[in-house]
Amino acid sequence: MFKPDLTRSDVTPERFWLNRRQLIAGLGAGSLAAGLGARARAEDLEPNEWDEITGYNNFYEFGTGKGDPSKNAPAMETSPWTVKVDGLVDRPGDYLLDDLIGDIPTEERIYRFRCVEAWSMVIPWNGFALSRLLEKVGVQDDAKFVAFETAVLPEVMPGVRRPILDWPYREGLRLDEAMHPLTMMATGIYGRPIPNQNGAPMRLVVPWKYGFKSIKSIVRISLVEDQPFATWQDTNADEYGFYANVNPEVDHPRWSQASERVIGAGLFGGRIPTLPFNGYADQVASLYDGMDLRANF
Amino acid sequence: MAVAAFGPAVTGVARKVPAWPVYLIGMMPGAWLLYRAVAGQLGFDPVKTLELELGLLSLQFLLASLTISPLLRFFRINLLKFRKVLGLLAFGYIALHFLVWLTLDLQLRWTMIGAEIAKRPYLTVGFAAFVLLIPLAATSWQGAIRRLGAKAWGRLHRLVYVAVLLGGVHFVMQEKVWTVESLTYLGAAILLVGARFAWIRRW
Repeated sequence: MFKPDLTRSDVTPERFWLNRRQLIAGLGAGSLAAGLGARARAEDLEPNEWDEITGYNNFYEFGTGKGDPSKNAPAMETSPWTVKVDGLVDRPGDYLLDDLIGDIPTEERIYRFRCVEAWSMVIPWNGFALSRLLEKVGVQDDAKFVAFETAVLPEVMPGVRRPILDWPYREGLRLDEAMHPLTMMATGIYGRPIPNQNGAPMRLVVPWKYGFKSIKSIVRISLVEDQPFATWQDTNADEYGFYANVNPEVDHPRWSQASERVIGAGLFGGRIPTLPFNGYADQVASLYDGMDLRANF
Repeated sequence: MAVAAFGPAVTGVARKVPAWPVYLIGMMPGAWLLYRAVAGQLGFDPVKTLELELGLLSLQFLLASLTISPLLRFFRINLLKFRKVLGLLAFGYIALHFLVWLTLDLQLRWTMIGAEIAKRPYLTVGFAAFVLLIPLAATSWQGAIRRLGAKAWGRLHRLVYVAVLLGGVHFVMQEKVWTVESLTYLGAAILLVGARFAWIRRW
């Protein structure tokens, strides 16, 4: 089974890796300012408890209740795990997970996680920038989007035996979103292997988008030319868009997105205001320059 | 023979049981919720859990109150004296459900509260169900029947049919996907209201 090769004690504090990544990625002056914004915000991020992160999940393959994934997901076998990489890539194939990502070093990233249901957590992920994986398989020039698929394992996933969603769960990103340094593949939480209910052995994390974009237990990554199928958009296009950027000004038709309940805040915790792009506007807003974010929600 | 005797037998037992213990029993799930809230046992999103459980209790008692008449009409089981208790319990739980939303969830942000109820169809629907039940709770005492006249009182209390249907719709609408649970509640509401067509000739 794949294990992150770094533990919490090896972790580079977030304020340093944000710096370090700027050096590695060699981003321009614009992102220097972006990094500063992230650091200013990173100071007050207090991660949720392990039990909250691993006990309150949406993973409909394992049931629609928040407690269903932690109850049912442990039955999923994640080793060996094969990921199909196909489409517009130089090195397509069915990769054993370890062959695909085993040599990519992981780091800890503490991100806000905002669910479309208007609750939020702060999660200390372990993983690596998705761009590392994509560079490894070689993205061809024609590729404009990345499509992802979750495993469908009817024997251990009670949810996929019913037509709750059009299985397999699928999500996608525009290539520039996928290559953005904040976009990561997570393989651990709190320095431990990521639990099945959180998307073992490897899941996407896009911190400025609603949680449903951050697809779990990935078995397929395809580089494609056209905007790919996205499960929630397909389920209800009026309520869930392809972009799904966290936006307090664009409400879900059935509830306000202006504020969120913080998991772990307790009965009297109330709500906190939701931030544009979930607090990552300095880093990612420029990806959407000139786009109408109300139309492209 | 056995079936024919069943109704009167149940009715006979029910006659010996006073109505007031039903209040106590009916309040126990609420007390249990309160205990879990204080003990921090409502899970990771306690406000949401509290709202959901109170709403469910209200729907359950409302549905239970609507089984009383069909039981009498179709099975000769007379539990009429418990109907008011069940209805008042349902009202109590929907009031608490609304109060938790108002205080713990929206924390009395009055501008937001009005806007939310007006803008979100599922909240409009749920709020309407609550409002419809207010006159019913207010006229649940014996004297009210006398003052209104039995006929007018009966017509007024048909609002419960609208309320329970709205309650079921409210439950279904707040889910992200169709769930068996919420559709079962809505189905039960439709069935119980539909059963009235068997004996109500003029609405």
